[in-house]
Amino acid sequence: MSERIYLYPLWIRLWHWTNAILCLFLIISGVSLQYSNPEFPIIRFDIAVSIHNIGGILLTLSYLVFFIGNLTTPNGKYYKIKMKGLFESLKKQFIYYTVGIFQHAEKPYPITRERKFNPLQKVSYLVAMYFFLPLMFITGWALLFPEINLRNVFGFSGLQLTSLLHVMMGFFVSVFLMVHIYFCTIGTTALSNFKSMIDGWH
Amino acid sequence: MIFKMKTYSKDILLLITGFLLLIASVFAADEKEVPQNIILNQKCFKCHGAKFYTFFNESQGKNVKERMNPYFVIDSATFYASNHKSFICTDCHSPEYKNFPHDGNLRMEAKFICMDCHGGDDTFAKFNFEGIESEFQKSVHSSRHDESFTCWMCHNPHSYKISARNTTNLSQTIAYDNAICLNCHADIDNYQMLTEKENPNILTTHDWLPNQKLHFSNVRCIECHAQNNDSILVAHLILPKEKAVKKCVQCHQSNSILLASLYKYQSKERRNQAGFFNAAILNESYIIGANRNLYLNIISLVIFGFVILGIAIHTVIRIIKK
Repeated sequence: MSERIYLYPLWIRLWHWTNAILCLFLIISGVSLQYSNPEFPIIRFDIAVSIHNIGGILLTLSYLVFFIGNLTTPNGKYYKIKMKGLFESLKKQFIYYTVGIFQHAEKPYPITRERKFNPLQKVSYLVAMYFFLPLMFITGWALLFPEINLRNVFGFSGLQLTSLLHVMMGFFVSVFLMVHIYFCTIGTTALSNFKSMIDGWH
Repeated sequence: MIFKMKTYSKDILLLITGFLLLIASVFAADEKEVPQNIILNQKCFKCHGAKFYTFFNESQGKNVKERMNPYFVIDSATFYASNHKSFICTDCHSPEYKNFPHDGNLRMEAKFICMDCHGGDDTFAKFNFEGIESEFQKSVHSSRHDESFTCWMCHNPHSYKISARNTTNLSQTIAYDNAICLNCHADIDNYQMLTEKENPNILTTHDWLPNQKLHFSNVRCIECHAQNNDSILVAHLILPKEKAVKKCVQCHQSNSILLASLYKYQSKERRNQAGFFNAAILNESYIIGANRNLYLNIISLVIFGFVILGIAIHTVIRIIKK
Protein backbone atom coordinates (compact mmCIF):
# COMPACT_ATOMS: atom_id res chain seq x y z
CA MET A 1 0.00 0.00 0.00
CA SER A 2 1.31 3.43 -0.96
CA GLU A 3 2.12 6.07 1.65
CA ARG A 4 -0.90 7.66 3.24
CA ILE A 5 -1.33 11.41 2.80
CA TYR A 6 -3.21 13.71 5.21
CA LEU A 7 -5.25 15.41 2.47
CA TYR A 8 -8.40 16.65 4.13
CA PRO A 9 -7.90 18.95 7.15
CA LEU A 10 -10.60 19.07 9.80
CA TRP A 11 -12.25 22.26 8.53
CA ILE A 12 -12.61 20.78 5.02
CA ARG A 13 -14.17 17.61 6.40
CA LEU A 14 -16.59 19.50 8.64
CA TRP A 15 -17.52 21.82 5.77
CA HIS A 16 -17.85 18.90 3.33
CA TRP A 17 -20.27 16.88 5.48
CA THR A 18 -22.28 19.96 6.47
CA ASN A 19 -22.48 20.79 2.78
CA ALA A 20 -23.50 17.23 1.88
CA ILE A 21 -26.28 17.00 4.49
CA LEU A 22 -27.65 20.45 3.61
CA CYS A 23 -27.56 19.64 -0.11
CA LEU A 24 -29.56 16.46 0.48
CA PHE A 25 -32.18 18.31 2.53
CA LEU A 26 -32.35 21.05 -0.11
CA ILE A 27 -32.66 18.64 -3.04
CA ILE A 28 -35.41 16.60 -1.39
CA SER A 29 -37.37 19.65 -0.22
CA GLY A 30 -36.72 21.38 -3.57
CA VAL A 31 -38.09 18.45 -5.57
CA SER A 32 -41.06 18.33 -3.21
CA LEU A 33 -41.80 22.01 -3.85
CA GLN A 34 -41.23 21.94 -7.60
CA TYR A 35 -43.36 18.84 -8.17
CA SER A 36 -45.80 19.42 -5.32
CA ASN A 37 -48.71 17.08 -5.60
CA PRO A 38 -51.43 16.86 -2.94
CA GLU A 39 -51.92 13.16 -3.65
CA PHE A 40 -48.25 12.18 -3.38
CA PRO A 41 -46.60 14.76 -1.16
CA ILE A 42 -42.92 13.98 -0.53
CA ILE A 43 -42.92 16.56 2.27
CA ARG A 44 -45.92 18.72 3.28
CA PHE A 45 -45.65 21.97 1.31
CA ASP A 46 -45.29 24.39 4.21
CA ILE A 47 -42.75 22.14 5.94
CA ALA A 48 -40.81 21.79 2.67
CA VAL A 49 -40.77 25.61 2.36
CA SER A 50 -39.31 25.96 5.88
CA ILE A 51 -36.71 23.22 5.30
CA HIS A 52 -35.69 24.76 2.00
CA ASN A 53 -35.45 28.31 3.42
CA ILE A 54 -33.45 27.31 6.49
CA GLY A 55 -31.29 24.86 4.49
CA GLY A 56 -30.56 27.53 1.86
CA ILE A 57 -29.48 30.10 4.46
CA LEU A 58 -27.23 27.57 6.22
CA LEU A 59 -25.73 26.42 2.91
CA THR A 60 -24.86 30.02 2.02
CA LEU A 61 -23.06 30.39 5.36
CA SER A 62 -21.32 27.07 4.79
CA TYR A 63 -20.27 28.23 1.32
CA LEU A 64 -18.79 31.39 2.81
CA VAL A 65 -16.64 29.19 5.08
CA PHE A 66 -15.47 27.27 1.99
CA PHE A 67 -14.86 30.44 -0.04
CA ILE A 68 -12.92 32.25 2.71
CA GLY A 69 -11.10 29.00 3.61
CA ASN A 70 -9.91 28.62 0.04
CA LEU A 71 -8.67 32.21 0.02
CA THR A 72 -6.80 31.93 3.29
CA THR A 73 -5.51 28.33 3.34
CA PRO A 74 -3.43 26.23 0.88
CA ASN A 75 -6.63 24.37 -0.13
CA GLY A 76 -7.39 27.09 -2.71
CA LYS A 77 -4.47 26.00 -4.89
CA TYR A 78 -6.22 22.75 -5.82
CA TYR A 79 -8.84 24.74 -7.72
CA LYS A 80 -6.38 26.68 -9.88
CA ILE A 81 -6.47 25.61 -13.50
CA LYS A 82 -3.74 25.97 -16.09
CA MET A 83 -5.27 26.37 -19.50
CA LYS A 84 -2.14 25.08 -21.24
CA GLY A 85 -2.60 21.40 -21.98
CA LEU A 86 -5.98 21.34 -20.25
CA PHE A 87 -7.84 19.69 -23.10
CA GLU A 88 -5.22 16.95 -23.46
CA SER A 89 -5.26 16.19 -19.74
CA LEU A 90 -9.07 16.10 -19.70
CA LYS A 91 -9.03 13.71 -22.65
CA LYS A 92 -6.48 11.48 -20.94
CA GLN A 93 -8.54 11.34 -17.75
CA PHE A 94 -11.74 10.70 -19.70
CA ILE A 95 -10.15 7.79 -21.58
CA TYR A 96 -8.97 6.39 -18.24
CA TYR A 97 -12.51 6.52 -16.79
CA THR A 98 -14.11 4.99 -19.87
CA VAL A 99 -11.48 2.45 -20.95
CA GLY A 100 -8.36 2.30 -18.79
CA ILE A 101 -10.14 1.71 -15.51
CA PHE A 102 -11.58 -1.55 -16.83
CA GLN A 103 -8.11 -2.70 -17.94
CA HIS A 104 -6.63 -1.85 -14.53
CA ALA A 105 -4.39 0.74 -16.18
CA GLU A 106 -2.28 3.17 -14.13
CA LYS A 107 -4.12 6.32 -13.08
CA PRO A 108 -2.91 9.13 -15.36
CA TYR A 109 -3.13 11.68 -12.54
CA PRO A 110 -2.74 9.89 -9.19
CA ILE A 111 -3.44 11.83 -6.02
CA THR A 112 -0.43 13.52 -4.42
CA ARG A 113 -0.05 16.18 -1.77
CA GLU A 114 0.18 18.76 -4.59
CA ARG A 115 -2.60 17.29 -6.72
CA LYS A 116 -5.78 16.48 -4.84
CA PHE A 117 -7.97 16.44 -7.95
CA ASN A 118 -7.47 14.93 -11.36
CA PRO A 119 -8.16 17.33 -14.29
CA LEU A 120 -11.78 16.22 -14.75
CA GLN A 121 -12.46 16.58 -11.04
CA LYS A 122 -10.79 19.97 -10.96
CA VAL A 123 -12.91 21.37 -13.81
CA SER A 124 -16.17 19.88 -12.55
CA TYR A 125 -15.56 21.04 -8.94
CA LEU A 126 -14.58 24.47 -10.18
CA VAL A 127 -17.75 24.82 -12.24
CA ALA A 128 -19.95 23.44 -9.44
CA MET A 129 -18.39 25.48 -6.64
CA TYR A 130 -17.66 28.75 -8.42
CA PHE A 131 -20.47 28.91 -10.97
CA PHE A 132 -23.47 26.68 -10.17
CA LEU A 133 -23.53 27.30 -6.43
CA PRO A 134 -23.04 31.11 -6.49
CA LEU A 135 -25.77 31.38 -9.12
CA MET A 136 -27.95 29.14 -6.98
CA PHE A 137 -27.36 31.36 -3.93
CA ILE A 138 -28.08 34.58 -5.81
CA THR A 139 -31.33 33.25 -7.28
CA GLY A 140 -32.26 31.51 -4.01
CA TRP A 141 -31.91 34.68 -1.95
CA ALA A 142 -33.83 36.58 -4.64
CA LEU A 143 -36.66 34.07 -4.23
CA LEU A 144 -36.47 34.40 -0.45
CA PHE A 145 -37.16 38.12 -0.90
CA PRO A 146 -39.41 38.02 -3.99
CA GLU A 147 -40.14 41.74 -3.90
CA ILE A 148 -36.55 42.54 -4.97
CA ASN A 149 -37.03 40.75 -8.31
CA LEU A 150 -37.78 42.63 -11.48
CA ARG A 151 -41.49 42.37 -12.11
CA ASN A 152 -41.18 42.03 -15.84
CA VAL A 153 -38.27 40.95 -18.03
CA PHE A 154 -39.03 41.01 -21.76
CA GLY A 155 -42.65 40.14 -21.11
CA PHE A 156 -41.93 37.36 -18.63
CA SER A 157 -42.25 37.50 -14.88
CA GLY A 158 -38.83 38.30 -13.41
CA LEU A 159 -39.63 36.00 -10.52
CA GLN A 160 -40.39 33.21 -12.97
CA LEU A 161 -37.04 33.57 -14.72
CA THR A 162 -35.19 33.72 -11.40
CA SER A 163 -36.96 30.55 -10.33
CA LEU A 164 -36.18 28.86 -13.63
CA LEU A 165 -32.48 29.61 -13.18
CA HIS A 166 -32.63 28.43 -9.56
CA VAL A 167 -34.32 25.15 -10.50
CA MET A 168 -31.83 24.57 -13.33
CA MET A 169 -28.89 25.12 -10.97
CA GLY A 170 -30.55 22.76 -8.49
CA PHE A 171 -30.82 20.19 -11.25
CA PHE A 172 -27.14 20.53 -12.23
CA VAL A 173 -26.03 20.27 -8.61
CA SER A 174 -28.18 17.13 -8.22
CA VAL A 175 -26.53 15.58 -11.28
CA PHE A 176 -23.12 16.61 -9.95
CA LEU A 177 -23.94 15.01 -6.59
CA MET A 178 -24.94 11.70 -8.20
CA VAL A 179 -21.79 11.52 -10.31
CA HIS A 180 -19.63 12.72 -7.39
CA ILE A 181 -20.94 10.01 -5.06
CA TYR A 182 -20.46 7.34 -7.72
CA PHE A 183 -16.90 8.41 -8.51
CA CYS A 184 -16.11 8.31 -4.81
CA THR A 185 -16.58 4.56 -5.02
CA ILE A 186 -13.63 4.41 -7.46
CA GLY A 187 -10.97 4.24 -4.80
CA THR A 188 -8.64 1.56 -3.44
CA THR A 189 -11.83 -0.02 -2.20
CA ALA A 190 -15.40 1.15 -2.82
CA LEU A 191 -15.51 2.80 0.61
CA SER A 192 -11.95 4.07 1.00
CA ASN A 193 -12.67 7.57 -0.35
CA PHE A 194 -15.62 7.93 2.01
CA LYS A 195 -13.37 6.92 4.93
CA SER A 196 -10.79 9.48 3.77
CA MET A 197 -13.34 12.22 4.09
CA ILE A 198 -14.00 11.07 7.66
CA ASP A 199 -10.45 10.69 9.02
CA GLY A 200 -8.68 13.02 6.59
CA TRP A 201 -6.12 10.46 5.39
CA HIS A 202 -5.94 9.35 1.79
CA MET B 1 -57.74 112.66 -36.97
CA ILE B 2 -58.46 111.40 -33.50
CA PHE B 3 -61.99 110.52 -34.60
CA LYS B 4 -60.62 108.50 -37.54
CA MET B 5 -58.21 106.55 -35.35
CA LYS B 6 -61.02 105.67 -32.98
CA THR B 7 -63.10 104.39 -35.90
CA TYR B 8 -60.16 102.27 -37.17
CA SER B 9 -59.45 100.77 -33.74
CA LYS B 10 -63.13 99.89 -33.41
CA ASP B 11 -63.00 98.13 -36.79
CA ILE B 12 -59.82 96.26 -35.87
CA LEU B 13 -61.34 95.19 -32.56
CA LEU B 14 -64.44 93.92 -34.35
CA LEU B 15 -62.29 92.10 -36.88
CA ILE B 16 -60.21 90.37 -34.18
CA THR B 17 -63.33 89.45 -32.19
CA GLY B 18 -64.96 88.03 -35.33
CA PHE B 19 -61.81 86.05 -36.14
CA LEU B 20 -61.58 84.63 -32.61
CA LEU B 21 -65.27 83.68 -32.68
CA LEU B 22 -64.71 81.94 -36.00
CA ILE B 23 -61.78 79.93 -34.59
CA ALA B 24 -63.78 79.15 -31.43
CA SER B 25 -66.73 77.92 -33.49
CA VAL B 26 -64.43 75.65 -35.55
CA PHE B 27 -62.98 74.11 -32.38
CA ALA B 28 -66.41 73.87 -30.79
CA ALA B 29 -67.64 71.91 -33.78
CA ASP B 30 -64.74 69.48 -33.30
CA GLU B 31 -65.56 68.83 -29.67
CA LYS B 32 -67.64 65.81 -28.80
CA GLU B 33 -71.18 66.52 -27.94
CA VAL B 34 -71.74 66.25 -24.19
CA PRO B 35 -74.00 63.26 -23.49
CA GLN B 36 -77.50 64.14 -22.41
CA ASN B 37 -77.23 62.27 -19.09
CA ILE B 38 -74.23 64.35 -18.02
CA ILE B 39 -76.20 67.53 -18.62
CA LEU B 40 -79.23 66.15 -16.75
CA ASN B 41 -77.14 64.78 -13.87
CA GLN B 42 -75.34 68.08 -13.46
CA LYS B 43 -78.19 69.38 -11.34
CA CYS B 44 -77.78 66.50 -8.87
CA PHE B 45 -73.97 66.60 -8.84
CA LYS B 46 -74.09 70.31 -8.09
CA CYS B 47 -74.91 69.33 -4.50
CA HIS B 48 -74.15 65.60 -4.32
CA GLY B 49 -70.79 65.90 -6.04
CA ALA B 50 -69.22 68.02 -3.30
CA LYS B 51 -68.79 68.18 0.46
CA PHE B 52 -70.79 71.40 0.71
CA TYR B 53 -73.85 72.69 -1.04
CA THR B 54 -75.54 76.08 -1.12
CA PHE B 55 -79.24 76.75 -1.48
CA PHE B 56 -81.60 79.65 -1.08
CA ASN B 57 -83.39 79.32 2.22
CA GLU B 58 -86.77 80.91 1.60
CA SER B 59 -87.66 81.10 5.32
CA GLN B 60 -84.49 83.04 6.06
CA GLY B 61 -84.49 84.80 2.72
CA LYS B 62 -80.79 84.18 2.11
CA ASN B 63 -78.30 81.69 0.65
CA VAL B 64 -77.21 79.01 3.12
CA LYS B 65 -74.13 76.82 2.88
CA GLU B 66 -74.49 73.31 4.36
CA ARG B 67 -72.37 70.17 4.74
CA MET B 68 -73.41 67.26 2.51
CA ASN B 69 -73.87 63.92 4.29
CA PRO B 70 -70.60 62.15 3.27
CA TYR B 71 -72.52 58.95 2.48
CA PHE B 72 -74.55 60.87 -0.09
CA VAL B 73 -71.57 62.38 -1.84
CA ILE B 74 -71.01 60.80 -5.27
CA ASP B 75 -67.72 61.40 -7.01
CA SER B 76 -68.74 62.35 -10.54
CA ALA B 77 -65.39 61.33 -12.08
CA THR B 78 -65.70 57.85 -10.54
CA PHE B 79 -69.34 57.61 -11.57
CA TYR B 80 -68.61 58.49 -15.20
CA ALA B 81 -65.87 55.82 -15.27
CA SER B 82 -68.17 53.17 -13.82
CA ASN B 83 -70.38 50.59 -15.54
CA HIS B 84 -73.43 52.80 -14.97
CA LYS B 85 -71.84 55.89 -16.47
CA SER B 86 -74.54 56.33 -19.09
CA PHE B 87 -77.32 56.50 -16.50
CA ILE B 88 -79.43 59.44 -15.48
CA CYS B 89 -79.72 59.66 -11.69
CA THR B 90 -83.49 59.40 -11.97
CA ASP B 91 -83.17 56.10 -13.87
CA CYS B 92 -82.77 54.54 -10.44
CA HIS B 93 -83.85 57.30 -8.06
CA SER B 94 -87.34 58.77 -7.95
CA PRO B 95 -87.96 61.60 -10.43
CA GLU B 96 -89.29 63.55 -7.47
CA TYR B 97 -85.71 64.05 -6.35
CA LYS B 98 -85.64 66.75 -9.00
CA ASN B 99 -87.46 68.95 -6.48
CA PHE B 100 -85.62 70.64 -3.66
CA PRO B 101 -85.88 70.36 -0.75
CA HIS B 102 -86.39 66.61 -1.33
CA ASP B 103 -89.52 65.10 0.13
CA GLY B 104 -88.53 63.21 3.31
CA ASN B 105 -90.76 60.28 2.37
CA LEU B 106 -88.61 59.57 -0.68
CA ARG B 107 -86.04 57.96 1.60
CA MET B 108 -88.56 55.31 2.56
CA GLU B 109 -88.92 54.08 -1.01
CA ALA B 110 -87.44 50.67 -1.75
CA LYS B 111 -84.28 50.91 -3.85
CA PHE B 112 -83.65 48.92 -6.98
CA ILE B 113 -81.48 45.85 -6.71
CA CYS B 114 -79.23 44.42 -9.45
CA MET B 115 -81.65 41.77 -10.61
CA ASP B 116 -84.39 44.33 -11.24
CA CYS B 117 -82.47 45.34 -14.35
CA HIS B 118 -79.98 42.55 -14.95
CA GLY B 119 -82.20 39.54 -14.27
CA GLY B 120 -83.76 37.70 -17.22
CA ASP B 121 -82.28 40.06 -19.78
CA ASP B 122 -80.52 38.51 -22.77
CA THR B 123 -78.28 41.56 -23.04
CA PHE B 124 -76.54 40.43 -19.87
CA ALA B 125 -76.80 36.68 -20.51
CA LYS B 126 -73.02 36.22 -20.76
CA PHE B 127 -72.60 37.51 -17.20
CA ASN B 128 -75.07 34.89 -15.89
CA PHE B 129 -76.56 37.17 -13.22
CA GLU B 130 -79.01 34.41 -12.25
CA GLY B 131 -76.06 32.12 -11.48
CA ILE B 132 -74.38 34.89 -9.50
CA GLU B 133 -77.55 35.49 -7.47
CA SER B 134 -77.97 31.79 -6.78
CA GLU B 135 -74.36 31.50 -5.57
CA PHE B 136 -74.70 34.66 -3.49
CA GLN B 137 -77.79 33.26 -1.78
CA LYS B 138 -75.78 30.22 -0.69
CA SER B 139 -72.96 32.39 0.62
CA VAL B 140 -72.42 33.53 4.21
CA HIS B 141 -73.11 37.09 3.13
CA SER B 142 -76.66 36.08 2.35
CA SER B 143 -77.32 33.31 4.87
CA ARG B 144 -75.91 35.18 7.88
CA HIS B 145 -77.50 38.52 7.12
CA ASP B 146 -81.02 39.65 6.37
CA GLU B 147 -82.25 40.94 3.05
CA SER B 148 -80.58 44.27 3.67
CA PHE B 149 -77.34 42.66 2.52
CA THR B 150 -77.75 43.27 -1.17
CA CYS B 151 -75.38 43.34 -4.13
CA TRP B 152 -74.78 47.03 -3.35
CA MET B 153 -72.86 46.08 -0.22
CA CYS B 154 -69.96 45.01 -2.41
CA HIS B 155 -70.79 46.53 -5.78
CA ASN B 156 -71.35 50.23 -5.31
CA PRO B 157 -73.67 51.17 -8.19
CA HIS B 158 -72.11 54.64 -8.35
CA SER B 159 -68.56 53.41 -8.80
CA TYR B 160 -68.41 49.70 -9.64
CA LYS B 161 -66.75 48.63 -12.88
CA ILE B 162 -65.94 45.14 -14.04
CA SER B 163 -62.25 44.40 -13.89
CA ALA B 164 -61.53 40.66 -13.98
CA ARG B 165 -63.06 40.09 -17.40
CA ASN B 166 -61.12 42.69 -19.34
CA THR B 167 -58.07 43.19 -17.21
CA THR B 168 -54.79 44.20 -18.76
CA ASN B 169 -53.15 44.63 -15.38
CA LEU B 170 -53.84 41.78 -12.99
CA SER B 171 -52.29 43.56 -10.00
CA GLN B 172 -54.76 46.40 -10.38
CA THR B 173 -57.66 43.97 -10.65
CA ILE B 174 -56.53 42.16 -7.50
CA ALA B 175 -56.17 45.43 -5.58
CA TYR B 176 -59.57 46.65 -6.85
CA ASP B 177 -61.36 43.43 -5.95
CA ASN B 178 -59.70 43.13 -2.55
CA ALA B 179 -60.64 46.73 -1.76
CA ILE B 180 -64.28 45.64 -2.10
CA CYS B 181 -63.83 43.10 0.72
CA LEU B 182 -61.75 45.44 2.83
CA ASN B 183 -64.38 48.14 2.51
CA CYS B 184 -66.23 46.28 5.29
CA HIS B 185 -63.68 43.85 6.68
CA ALA B 186 -61.13 46.56 7.38
CA ASP B 187 -63.58 49.35 8.20
CA ILE B 188 -65.33 49.10 11.52
CA ASP B 189 -68.06 51.61 10.57
CA ASN B 190 -69.13 49.71 7.48
CA TYR B 191 -68.72 46.36 9.22
CA GLN B 192 -70.95 47.36 12.11
CA MET B 193 -73.67 48.51 9.76
CA LEU B 194 -74.26 44.77 9.32
CA THR B 195 -73.30 43.19 12.61
CA GLU B 196 -72.66 44.01 16.24
CA LYS B 197 -69.59 41.78 16.22
CA GLU B 198 -66.13 43.18 16.60
CA ASN B 199 -64.34 43.29 13.29
CA PRO B 200 -61.42 40.83 13.45
CA ASN B 201 -58.03 42.16 12.44
CA ILE B 202 -57.26 40.61 9.06
CA LEU B 203 -53.49 40.74 9.56
CA THR B 204 -53.84 38.81 12.83
CA THR B 205 -56.28 36.23 11.50
CA HIS B 206 -53.93 35.60 8.56
CA ASP B 207 -50.71 35.52 10.57
CA TRP B 208 -50.31 31.82 9.73
CA LEU B 209 -49.94 32.71 6.05
CA PRO B 210 -46.28 32.83 4.90
CA ASN B 211 -45.27 35.88 2.87
CA GLN B 212 -48.53 37.53 3.90
CA LYS B 213 -47.87 40.79 2.04
CA LEU B 214 -47.07 38.96 -1.19
CA HIS B 215 -50.17 36.81 -0.94
CA PHE B 216 -52.38 39.84 -0.25
CA SER B 217 -51.05 41.72 -3.24
CA ASN B 218 -51.00 38.78 -5.66
CA VAL B 219 -54.25 36.96 -5.05
CA ARG B 220 -57.77 38.06 -4.26
CA CYS B 221 -59.50 37.28 -0.96
CA ILE B 222 -62.06 35.21 -2.87
CA GLU B 223 -59.38 32.80 -4.13
CA CYS B 224 -59.42 31.16 -0.68
CA HIS B 225 -62.73 32.39 0.71
CA ALA B 226 -65.13 31.57 -2.13
CA GLN B 227 -66.14 28.41 -3.89
CA ASN B 228 -65.51 28.39 -7.63
CA ASN B 229 -68.28 27.82 -10.09
CA ASP B 230 -67.57 27.26 -13.76
CA SER B 231 -70.77 28.94 -14.90
CA ILE B 232 -69.77 32.36 -13.57
CA LEU B 233 -66.52 34.23 -13.96
CA VAL B 234 -66.06 35.51 -10.41
CA ALA B 235 -66.96 33.27 -7.47
CA HIS B 236 -69.74 34.70 -5.30
CA LEU B 237 -70.29 31.81 -2.91
CA ILE B 238 -68.37 33.21 0.04
CA LEU B 239 -67.64 30.35 2.45
CA PRO B 240 -67.63 30.33 6.24
CA LYS B 241 -64.09 30.99 7.46
CA GLU B 242 -63.73 27.36 8.60
CA LYS B 243 -64.08 26.24 4.99
CA ALA B 244 -61.55 28.68 3.54
CA VAL B 245 -58.60 27.23 1.63
CA LYS B 246 -55.73 26.74 4.03
CA LYS B 247 -53.69 24.01 2.37
CA CYS B 248 -50.79 25.50 0.41
CA VAL B 249 -50.89 22.81 -2.28
CA GLN B 250 -54.37 23.74 -3.39
CA CYS B 251 -52.74 26.65 -5.20
CA HIS B 252 -49.15 25.43 -5.24
CA GLN B 253 -49.52 22.52 -7.65
CA SER B 254 -49.81 22.11 -11.40
CA ASN B 255 -53.59 21.76 -11.10
CA SER B 256 -53.75 24.97 -9.08
CA ILE B 257 -57.21 26.18 -8.03
CA LEU B 258 -56.08 29.61 -9.23
CA LEU B 259 -56.56 28.35 -12.79
CA ALA B 260 -60.26 28.09 -11.99
CA SER B 261 -60.40 31.43 -10.20
CA LEU B 262 -57.89 34.27 -10.62
CA TYR B 263 -56.61 33.03 -13.97
CA LYS B 264 -59.95 31.66 -15.10
CA TYR B 265 -60.54 34.09 -17.92
CA GLN B 266 -56.94 33.92 -19.11
CA SER B 267 -56.85 30.16 -18.82
CA LYS B 268 -59.96 29.90 -20.98
CA GLU B 269 -58.24 32.11 -23.50
CA ARG B 270 -54.75 30.74 -23.33
CA ARG B 271 -54.77 27.35 -21.65
CA ASN B 272 -52.50 25.08 -23.55
CA GLN B 273 -51.22 21.88 -22.03
CA ALA B 274 -47.91 21.95 -23.84
CA GLY B 275 -47.57 25.73 -23.79
CA PHE B 276 -44.37 27.33 -22.68
CA PHE B 277 -44.64 27.19 -18.92
CA ASN B 278 -48.09 26.89 -17.42
CA ALA B 279 -49.29 29.47 -19.92
CA ALA B 280 -52.29 30.70 -18.01
CA ILE B 281 -50.27 31.69 -14.97
CA LEU B 282 -46.81 32.25 -16.06
CA ASN B 283 -46.39 35.38 -17.98
CA GLU B 284 -47.63 37.53 -15.16
CA SER B 285 -46.88 35.69 -12.02
CA TYR B 286 -44.92 32.94 -10.37
CA ILE B 287 -46.37 30.33 -8.07
CA ILE B 288 -44.07 27.67 -6.64
CA GLY B 289 -45.33 24.24 -7.64
CA ALA B 290 -47.80 25.59 -10.19
CA ASN B 291 -45.45 27.04 -12.75
CA ARG B 292 -43.95 24.15 -14.61
CA ASN B 293 -42.38 23.80 -17.97
CA LEU B 294 -43.36 20.60 -19.70
CA TYR B 295 -40.30 20.59 -21.96
CA LEU B 296 -37.86 21.26 -19.15
CA ASN B 297 -39.44 18.46 -17.12
CA ILE B 298 -38.93 16.03 -19.99
CA ILE B 299 -35.35 17.18 -20.67
CA SER B 300 -34.43 16.90 -16.98
CA LEU B 301 -35.90 13.40 -16.75
CA VAL B 302 -34.00 12.32 -19.87
CA ILE B 303 -30.70 13.70 -18.51
CA PHE B 304 -31.29 12.03 -15.12
CA GLY B 305 -32.09 8.79 -16.93
CA PHE B 306 -28.86 8.92 -18.94
CA VAL B 307 -26.78 9.69 -15.83
CA ILE B 308 -28.28 6.74 -13.94
CA LEU B 309 -27.88 4.49 -16.98
CA GLY B 310 -24.25 5.57 -17.42
CA ILE B 311 -23.47 4.90 -13.76
CA ALA B 312 -25.20 1.51 -13.94
CA ILE B 313 -23.28 0.43 -17.07
CA HIS B 314 -19.97 1.66 -15.59
CA THR B 315 -20.66 -0.23 -12.35
CA VAL B 316 -21.52 -3.46 -14.17
CA ILE B 317 -18.37 -3.34 -16.35
CA ARG B 318 -16.26 -2.58 -13.25
CA ILE B 319 -17.71 -5.64 -11.53
CA ILE B 320 -17.17 -7.86 -14.61
CA LYS B 321 -13.59 -6.67 -15.17
CA LYS B 322 -12.64 -6.84 -11.52
